Amino acid sequence: MPSNTRPDQQHFVAPIDETPLVAIDSVKADGKPSNLWRDAWADVRKRPMFWISAALILLVVIVALFPGWFTQVAPNNDCQLSNSNGGPTAGHPLGFTKQGCDIYSRIIHGTSTSLSVGLIVTFLIAFLGIVFGAISGFYGGWLDAVLSRIGDIFFSIPYILAAVVVMSVLSRYANVWVISLAIGAFAWPATARVLRAEILRVKNADFVMAATALGVSRFRILLRHVLPNSIAPVIVITTISLASAIVAEATLSFLGVGLPTSTMSWGNDISAAQHDLRTAPQTLILPSIALSVTVLSFIMLGEVVRDALDPKARAQR
Amino acid sequence: MKIKRIGVAAIALAAAGALTLAGCTTGSPESPGAGEASSAIVTVNNTEPQNPLVPTNTNEVGGGLVIQNVFAGLVYYDAEGAVHNDVAESIETDDAQTYTIKIREGLTFTNGDPVDAESFVTAWNYGAALDNAQLSSYFFESIEGFSYDENVPEMSGLEVVDDLTFTVTLKQPESDFPLRLGYTAYFPVPASAWEDIEAFGENPIGNGPYMFEEEGAWKHNERIDLVKNEDYDGPREAQNGGVDMILYASTDAAYADLQGGNLDVIQEIPDSALETFQEEFEGRSVNQPAAANATITIPERLAHFSGEEGKLRRAAISHAIDRAEITDVIFNGTRTPAKDFTSPVIDGYSEDIPGSEVLEFDVDLAKDLWAQADAISPWTGSFQLGYNADGPNQGWVEAVANQIKNNLGIEAAGAPVPTFAEFRTSITDRVIQTPFRTGWQFDYPSMFNGLGPIFGTGAGSNDGDYSNPEFDTLLDEGSAATEVEAGIEKFQQAQEILFEDLPAIPLWYTNSMGAWGEQVDNVEFGWDSWPILHQITKSE
Amino acid sequence: MAGYIVRRVLQAIPVLLGTTFLIYFMVFAMPGDPIVGLFGEKTPPPAVLEQLRERYNLDQPFIIQYFIFLGNIFRGDLGVSFSGQPVVEILAQTFPVTLRLAFLSTVFLMVGGIAAGLVSGLRKGGIFDASALVVSLIFISLPIFVVGFVGQFVFGIQLGWFRTTVGSGAPWSDLVLPAIVLATGSFAQIVRLTRASVIETESQDFVRTAASKGLSRNRIVPVHILRNSLIPVVTYLGVDFGVLMVGAVVTEGIFNVPGVGRTVYQAIIRGENPTVVAFVTVMVLIYLVVNLLIDLFYAVLDPRIRYAK
Repeated sequence: MPSNTRPDQQHFVAPIDETPLVAIDSVKADGKPSNLWRDAWADVRKRPMFWISAALILLVVIVALFPGWFTQVAPNNDCQLSNSNGGPTAGHPLGFTKQGCDIYSRIIHGTSTSLSVGLIVTFLIAFLGIVFGAISGFYGGWLDAVLSRIGDIFFSIPYILAAVVVMSVLSRYANVWVISLAIGAFAWPATARVLRAEILRVKNADFVMAATALGVSRFRILLRHVLPNSIAPVIVITTISLASAIVAEATLSFLGVGLPTSTMSWGNDISAAQHDLRTAPQTLILPSIALSVTVLSFIMLGEVVRDALDPKARAQR
Repeated sequence: MKIKRIGVAAIALAAAGALTLAGCTTGSPESPGAGEASSAIVTVNNTEPQNPLVPTNTNEVGGGLVIQNVFAGLVYYDAEGAVHNDVAESIETDDAQTYTIKIREGLTFTNGDPVDAESFVTAWNYGAALDNAQLSSYFFESIEGFSYDENVPEMSGLEVVDDLTFTVTLKQPESDFPLRLGYTAYFPVPASAWEDIEAFGENPIGNGPYMFEEEGAWKHNERIDLVKNEDYDGPREAQNGGVDMILYASTDAAYADLQGGNLDVIQEIPDSALETFQEEFEGRSVNQPAAANATITIPERLAHFSGEEGKLRRAAISHAIDRAEITDVIFNGTRTPAKDFTSPVIDGYSEDIPGSEVLEFDVDLAKDLWAQADAISPWTGSFQLGYNADGPNQGWVEAVANQIKNNLGIEAAGAPVPTFAEFRTSITDRVIQTPFRTGWQFDYPSMFNGLGPIFGTGAGSNDGDYSNPEFDTLLDEGSAATEVEAGIEKFQQAQEILFEDLPAIPLWYTNSMGAWGEQVDNVEFGWDSWPILHQITKSE
Repeated sequence: MAGYIVRRVLQAIPVLLGTTFLIYFMVFAMPGDPIVGLFGEKTPPPAVLEQLRERYNLDQPFIIQYFIFLGNIFRGDLGVSFSGQPVVEILAQTFPVTLRLAFLSTVFLMVGGIAAGLVSGLRKGGIFDASALVVSLIFISLPIFVVGFVGQFVFGIQLGWFRTTVGSGAPWSDLVLPAIVLATGSFAQIVRLTRASVIETESQDFVRTAASKGLSRNRIVPVHILRNSLIPVVTYLGVDFGVLMVGAVVTEGIFNVPGVGRTVYQAIIRGENPTVVAFVTVMVLIYLVVNLLIDLFYAVLDPRIRYAK
């Protein structure tokens, strides 16, 4: 078990309440973090990559919220088998699926589903992962033991398998929330573990010792010093898990336990097109491109934010 | 009964050759005997047997193919589904109720046990007894003494006359009883098996054209290696040295192995290759109707589907489905639009049964019938079609739903149920609240088998609780008829009633699909979905 | 150190109980009667149904079933599958295969992913960085079944470099292609994680110190940067090992690998509780062992981390 404090460090400083400098120090501790985020913003807005990814994300969000602005074709109506796997025609710029539905319209209308699944899962993973990872990494001891074991229970059941079972149990209620829960509930321990490992590393860093020496409270150290300095890998993992969640939704469809087929989603479309991989690849490639572009934007954003949050990396650039 | 069960991962086979109707399959050898018998081992794909390999406990394709080739029954079916004696010397009856069965002399199991009357009677009694909970117990339900209420160790209807003769007495006359005897449930089991039936299920000892290569030849989830049984003396003598059944969880993997030259024969084609397999394996593939069909069952108990209104709506839905288009586009011609309730490979099949016009695609008529039904009680809600999502159903279900939506102008969609077990449970418990997909794969080549168990009042697979006394009477009369022709006539009349009531809406017949590599010859698919392994020859 | 290991082993007990309970409960809660499924399209006779339910203890309430299962485990009896094969035997057959597959896959990940991430991180913004990003993005945005089918088609059938599926006995050479396919799923994570970690480590004082001491780049990169960047990566690999074992669900299906993923997926679909739970139990054990090893490995990577007695 990693110890909280190294035995030889425990007597570097007097307990906080015995330190006369506490008032002065706390002022400094308050001031610095807000600077970090302000600096980050100042940095981020100078970078074109940020604006490109932000614009793409904005576009995806707008498409998700207002699909009607982009297509007048209703995605599920008037699917004619005579159009099966057909190429582009007037009014149908991307051609047709196996069922003879308009691909463009389905991609537009599937955006909100896939995006929602990605976002909900990501929030779930990030929230649980950060809470569990931070507390167990920073405080250690029995708390670490208990939280890590809870994480183990969820994580040692591989999440695709768990999601298959959860979705089978809840098939009657399958919707975006349920599928997100099924994916997220068993995926967060990965984030927690990575954060915990990073915190184990950071909490022995000089600036943490300095803050401890200055008498800053443990919780505040975690929040203001340790977490911002160990969050970078989490942001990277989280942006990737957004992508994985959208893909996981497709895999669950592939395994027959995805969203109802009446729900438009890229996952459903990719999975339905799998058999035509060789004969009509566009039915598979087009929704995959939509998925890739979305994924790309979020990962880019994650990269930019990560760089911005890491003062030293920023200084070096 | 062969179960189609199937995950993404596992697609059980759906292949049966309909050589009667179809004339020559694409791949039939030009001249019989083009390939010479040899000792080469043929490899064929199969799925992991889901139950121990005991004949009365095997009801799905994976185990069925093994049992079929390791055992020999009283009769066997040829490619066309015609019945020939195998172990039986003769099967005789005067009244279609009491049968006297004589066994050929001198036959043995591969462990030396004799194939005698006892080996059949004991096996059947074992299969029927309630305490043994065998999956195929219902195959014995027509034998006198059979009971679902108490454990009957020995049925009164079975009597051993001498070593090689026994008699079977049925509860009522059933003229197609001899036709059933080629089904796996009726195969003999050697006396030594009863000492440890569990061990036997792992290493079955049979009397068929093949035998296990060695103890433990069933390497679970990997392969089952069979070698030729040199002592087999019967009509199905193996023309090859043995068969290695490679167990696949996915047909796609098996197909890739066929393409890669790692497999000789594939007995099913994955969805991804439906469009291309006949070109890719030109002259070495098969695609013909088989003894299996797909239907939609709409129980009377559902709102808007009872009485006269239900009749009109069922007919409207039937007319609103363009079967030809779906079989063509979705299945790439590997299904054949249905013309009746049975299958083209079944003796007595006719595509002109009066009333079968209801299967014709006619949008105007469909709309008209639907409007008539609306006049009785206006339609509300959406038409949902239930199916199990772990099988290859989504594509066609969506296509059917779209056609209903487009042609009747109502909301329609598929209603997936994740697993086959859940799907069947909700049907069995009568809690499913939507119309649902059904299908039938014939146990034995008889028209009765496609009607009685499904539409007879209170029958085992009557999922829609259909009941029509007139239909029941015709079935009974057909069963009791001692002349085959007379029986078929009654069964066809019974189908006329079905077309009227549409307890299930016939969609299409499942085709037999398969392909094979260049090194094998004489590959034929039987009526019963299986490649006829014993006649395959392979160049070394 | 020994005390630490003992404590971790003791902690594994509640995890095992928790996991088996959770999975048993979930599989139990799955709607549908597995026995009914055994009968296919036919309706099972009620009496036979009863008999079979009793045989598999399916007539008992959940908690009783669970305790019967637990009790049996302690007696070393994991039950039999519907096909009559002892579950222990299935475990013994499938786990070695999947472990080898996951191991091979991890090796590819470590070699390929860490190397790509290291170069990307060191030459941030360069052409290699950009192309590594594109490649890993393509992999991450393609569902694994697509990668699998395409890989099998191109390398197995068209080019003939690999056997199309895994043959009898699952030899190492047959496992290469599935292992690569399996690795693609986690490739992006490893590359990005290594890259992020390398960039961060590079800006640390000790790296600058090493550089100012005049140490050559060839020494700084492996000794100072790589070693210190590996902690999050190794953690992730440990976590990922479990995922690999079951990312196998799809991959093992495509390449017909007689392993854990394929077997457990089918057991879930069929509702074979004992098989599912037995498999999950073993998976959990493996997961715990791998992660214990990784926690111990931290100390090697970062001398500042010490284990309390």
